Amino acid sequence: MSLDVTLGHRLGAFALEAAFVAPPGVTVLFGRSGSGKTSVVDAVAGLLRPQRGRIAVDGEVLCDTDRGIWTPPHRRRLGVVFQDGRLFPHLTVRGNLDYGRRFSGRGRDRALEARIVEMLGIGALLDRRPGGLSGGERARVGIGRALLARPRLIVADEPLAALDQSRKAEIMPYFERLRDEVAVPILYVSHDAAEVARLATTVVALEGGRVLAAGPAAEILADPNVVPAGIRAAGAVLEVRVARHHPDGLSELDAGGVALFVPRVERPAGATIRVRIPAQEVILSLEPPRGLSAVNVLPGRIEAIRAGEGPGVLVSLATPGGTVLARITRRSAERMGLAVGGSAHAVVKSVAIAREDLGGR
Amino acid sequence: MGWLPPEAQQALLLSLKVSFWATLASLPLGVLAAHALARWRFPGRGFLNGLVHLPLILPPVVTGYLLLLGFGPQGPFGAPLEALGIGVAFRWTGAALAAAIMAFPLMVRAIRLSIEAVDPRLEQAAGTLGASRPWVFATVTLPLILPGILTGAILAFAKAMGEFGATITFVSNIPGQTQTLPTAIYAFLQVPGGEAAALMLVGVSVAVAMTALALSELLGGWLARRVAGR
Repeated sequence: MSLDVTLGHRLGAFALEAAFVAPPGVTVLFGRSGSGKTSVVDAVAGLLRPQRGRIAVDGEVLCDTDRGIWTPPHRRRLGVVFQDGRLFPHLTVRGNLDYGRRFSGRGRDRALEARIVEMLGIGALLDRRPGGLSGGERARVGIGRALLARPRLIVADEPLAALDQSRKAEIMPYFERLRDEVAVPILYVSHDAAEVARLATTVVALEGGRVLAAGPAAEILADPNVVPAGIRAAGAVLEVRVARHHPDGLSELDAGGVALFVPRVERPAGATIRVRIPAQEVILSLEPPRGLSAVNVLPGRIEAIRAGEGPGVLVSLATPGGTVLARITRRSAERMGLAVGGSAHAVVKSVAIAREDLGGR
Repeated sequence: MGWLPPEAQQALLLSLKVSFWATLASLPLGVLAAHALARWRFPGRGFLNGLVHLPLILPPVVTGYLLLLGFGPQGPFGAPLEALGIGVAFRWTGAALAAAIMAFPLMVRAIRLSIEAVDPRLEQAAGTLGASRPWVFATVTLPLILPGILTGAILAFAKAMGEFGATITFVSNIPGQTQTLPTAIYAFLQVPGGEAAALMLVGVSVAVAMTALALSELLGGWLARRVAGR
């Protein structure tokens, strides 16, 4: 499956001019608020009728303004997961979950229902009404409701934005399981770099209604020119293998032959996971550092230096484990004589790699 | 009800019948008008709004007289109905028509308020799950506005029970045919010695109104809890 989107829409002073192709997997639309993310998903879901454009899922055209094609939302067979859940208050959780199936003309698939209810851990909630559920529970039921409509594409518009950090951490694994276990492609909107790093297969970065960059997640997130959420949120994503767990509470990861130590990862040795290393937390050193408390050192070659807002620069360093971004002051960069092509060592504290930055593949 | 004079009994039963049918028959139309006014954008929306509210601001006698002109035996609507044998002039059905029209603005207002309180994003969500517009209305909007529909229906019923001016102008005050509670009270007050019977009917009116109110509070509370999702 693939999603093919070309849009042109003007709303007051805001102009949306975006085109991208979403391959299978999770495609994250990433950008600040006001970048046009929600307009794009609304157009895909059929809730916004663009002035110009074409939207096709798997070759089936849902919208083509040139040919006058417009499929209304209820015939698109997409599963939309909303930010606030949008559960029907007059129905029980069971009634909410079953809602989409009633209009699909299909019989009940009890095996599928049981599997999704089990996957989302909502078996105990089935007879409750949405009014009594917590935010995290509502979010999970919302995901289940979209899935049980048997969509060909899941569209999720900042499904976690209304939740606090710990609730986010509770829901995120369900999206990871969705990506890894259910073969439904996902179009996911987010402005949270950590969320993007954990989930995205493909990233489409939007800014001011335009596509700034689009491509594989690791590539886009390590590109210093694409930091739509501001330079502070920059951070590279490395795909690493869990090597072993140590008794002192740290896990050892293998990043292209370099050992990284991070707080305990709840994945078995041998598993491949993603680690996001926030650029703010990286120190650069010209020499291999000695006598330092930080245990993670990645040697590499400087690929780019980009001046950002304020006194900082963003340095991207090619290491054996992948590209790492470091945010340092311009003064330091000049004093150290950093230049593209030169070599440097990236130093990262173990605890700087936050829990929410560690995820499954 | 043996303690009521037969004429008063007749008036009470007729009033209940007239109000019941006036409410029931106008309810679907009321929901449609309220939905149109709350959610649709179309030319003539302001005109429809004015038309619906007209009986509320016109003197009831004027509404009754307009009904007589339109639905009287020689009226443009009355003549064909008369030919079909379902004429309404000077019949209980005419009283129901007058009551329904007089109660319509109250009913529409209550339902419209409840429709405006429904989050349109819930209806959007239902659409993305495969429900076409009529299905969205039937499975999401309608259940959520049930408390408003109930309130509208009770208000309309109470208004119909008390309707006087338009009824007496349109269908007169014929005992057993078109004499409702208020017109019966009026008739009793016109004859010497009728005060006792009138007073009894006043008591009955108060009892009916209170019962309707209590019933609506009870049902309304239950429906509101259901709709709130608890």
